[in-house]
Amino acid sequence: MKNNLMLDLLSHLSWGARIGLLSILVFAFAATFAPWVSPFTQDEIVGDVWEPISANSWLGTDQLGRDILSRLIHGARNTFFIAGAATLLSFFMGTFLGFMAAVSGGRTDQALSRSNDLLMAIPTLIFALVVLSVLPSSMGVLIVVMGVLDSTRVFRLSRAVAVDIVVMDYVEAARLRGENSLWIIFREILPNALSPLFAEFGLRFAFAVLFLSTLSFLGLGIQPPDADWGSMVKENKDGIVFGIPAALIPAGAIAILTISINLVVDSILSRTSSLKGGR
Amino acid sequence: MSVTQLIKESDTELQSESQHLEGEQAMPSTTYLEVKDLKIEASISMPGQERQSITLVDKISFTLGRGKVLGLIGESGAGKSTIGLASMAFGRGGCEITGGQMLVNGVDILKLSANEVRKIRGAKIGYVAQSAAAAFNPAHRIGEQVIESAIEHKLMTRKEALAYADELFAKLGLPDPKNFGRRYPHQVSGGQLQRAMTVMALCPKPDMIVFDEPTTALDVTTQIEVLATIKHAIQETGVAALYITHDLAVVAQIADDIMVLRGGKMIEYGSTDEIINKPQERYTQNLVSVRSIEKEEKPDPASEPILKVTNIDAAYDGVNKILKDVTLHLHAGQTLSIVGESGSGKSTLARVITGLLPPMGGAIEYDGTTLSADLKSRSKEQLRQLQMIYQMADVAMNPRQTIGQIIGRPIEFYFGVKGAEKRRQTIELLEQIELGEEYFHRYPAELSGGQKQRVCIARALAAKPSLIICDEVTSALDPLVADGILQLLMDLQNKHDIAYLFITHDLATVKAISDSIAVMYQGKLVRFGKKSVVLAPPFDDYTDMLLSSVPEMQLGWLERILAERKMHSADH
Repeated sequence: MKNNLMLDLLSHLSWGARIGLLSILVFAFAATFAPWVSPFTQDEIVGDVWEPISANSWLGTDQLGRDILSRLIHGARNTFFIAGAATLLSFFMGTFLGFMAAVSGGRTDQALSRSNDLLMAIPTLIFALVVLSVLPSSMGVLIVVMGVLDSTRVFRLSRAVAVDIVVMDYVEAARLRGENSLWIIFREILPNALSPLFAEFGLRFAFAVLFLSTLSFLGLGIQPPDADWGSMVKENKDGIVFGIPAALIPAGAIAILTISINLVVDSILSRTSSLKGGR
Repeated sequence: MSVTQLIKESDTELQSESQHLEGEQAMPSTTYLEVKDLKIEASISMPGQERQSITLVDKISFTLGRGKVLGLIGESGAGKSTIGLASMAFGRGGCEITGGQMLVNGVDILKLSANEVRKIRGAKIGYVAQSAAAAFNPAHRIGEQVIESAIEHKLMTRKEALAYADELFAKLGLPDPKNFGRRYPHQVSGGQLQRAMTVMALCPKPDMIVFDEPTTALDVTTQIEVLATIKHAIQETGVAALYITHDLAVVAQIADDIMVLRGGKMIEYGSTDEIINKPQERYTQNLVSVRSIEKEEKPDPASEPILKVTNIDAAYDGVNKILKDVTLHLHAGQTLSIVGESGSGKSTLARVITGLLPPMGGAIEYDGTTLSADLKSRSKEQLRQLQMIYQMADVAMNPRQTIGQIIGRPIEFYFGVKGAEKRRQTIELLEQIELGEEYFHRYPAELSGGQKQRVCIARALAAKPSLIICDEVTSALDPLVADGILQLLMDLQNKHDIAYLFITHDLATVKAISDSIAVMYQGKLVRFGKKSVVLAPPFDDYTDMLLSSVPEMQLGWLERILAERKMHSADH
């Protein structure tokens, strides 16, 4: 059944989405097997500063003479892991609280929604900058901060989706049966809210990648010598003045990944209606 | 040319020859619309399968004379609306007219270009949809919308059109016809809006109107008024009409000829008199025969009633009372029907009894103990005793759960039964509702409307309740399917001694299944008692009107009832 669903999904993807999916898989593969597929380690100095593309280093070297391809692959690992963990966290928090607000209604809903509004009222980037400059810069803190900030968006979406589902007769039937809120959230609402949430997950992941890159660029994300696409752009940005394209390579990787995710998500979104009715 | 001849012709291979002949003879001027061998197909694509085309309508032929009314009747999915729209050379999304001819005044409109067809639509052929509320733009005044097509087709000047619309408003008995057009759609009632929609179709002085279930969404008391005015308007203006409905009793009042459809094929076609009084086909006979269910009224037992509702007042906002001082009771194993038109508070009463809406005043007593007003403070045992079945079975079941999960959950929840035993009991319930074990792993979307409602019954039954509230459980179903559901409910009542609180606006159902009846009007109980008492004269005014408004399967019923009412009001 599950397998069948995946095949169905795949057969309905547009060509753009298939290309997107392929490039996501390539990135994911590189990230997972980074130590084995990358020609060098991420902090190994392999040549001169800002060497052009050569047989030795396929994408050239960076401002310290490290291999850009190797750093890109290791950076993908950091980027994927942190963005993925932060998005997962934001979804666990956001959907649970959002569903809770929709199911409970009344005061609980008001309290949750208004505190959510409060958090959303502060510009995300500035809020993150303040918090991260106070807290110690570790990976865990980064994930939690990004997750919590992103969960406000997920909260809104999941509450909106759940409010529509809560008024359905089958939820009322469950209530009349005497089921508790947890059953209603996980058994009645969640399965019916999955497709919009799944699509949103893709989009949020893309935003998390961008956000992490922004933070790294500003020096609050992943700390050197660990590689990350955002920090790689930052480190190599001075080269652009001298006509050296090293900064553009990680920037291009960010762009390709975000566009790929968007392509896939768009295609899935356009199929959600049929997925909903068909099963 | 008679109807039977036409059918025979289209059935034989001589069709092309007969067409040729007709061309020479020139069409008799009395025929307005002639449909020959209509075939409509739709292409669908199921996930994971090749795109395929299915035939929706096949081999449909009929003629419609000027000023005549043809009734198209059948259950949902019979292709009624598809044929209705096809007569305007229109196919709904995905539908395609793939064969046959549609001769309007002798011209095959299926061969015309899109521009030429557009000249006919709205101007020569009007359309009245089922839901007038959805067909009107809420942002514009009714008058502006009614005259739109007449002006668009340059048939009248704005001034003429407005004057003619006023005239039609008066003709259709709308209140204050001079100013009616200035109102917005939300400022008039549903019945009035449906009549305004008829005005919209009539305004460009068309030759034909397609009525697509124009009274189905209305209450019986409103339906009779709309029906009478539509009939009057057809007679006055002399338009031809295609009248689409699933209610044979309604179409019998208005149509000259009737065509019975099923699954896109013609079952029977003849004059109204022939269809109603001498139906040939078995399916038509089933449709014509009044409900087969009969139930003897059970006498009240000496014991206390299982459900006692005393002096209930309820409101959604705490101010405007929806229920006013309602008091009724129900004995174990009996059926209490609550009837009334929409907005009379029937469903609100159900919500109060289930605890979804705590009442402002009054008490609900169940089996000797007072139920707490709020759902959350009722015990699991009390919840188990009282189950509910909904009107729309497809939204009453979680689309992501299998039938087995849906029915199995109450068994596990109330009785703690798990695993193989739960499965066994679920299958036993499936057999009780006349579905088999093979439905265990299916999803609700894979079931028909009637089967879905059966599953909902099984889910209620799984809790082994002593009272089931049935909220309009048959009103979304086709008559024959609804009959099956009612029969099942009656059988289960005899077997398990369950009491039903049956909420409905369908009086035929009420007569068939009740032991006692409560008539509600504007939140008040106007009549309550045993069936034999409630349905026997002397009636109060409202019950009288309600009972007499139910269409009967007789020719001339509408005229008779209207004449009776006129006499009645003249008496006063």
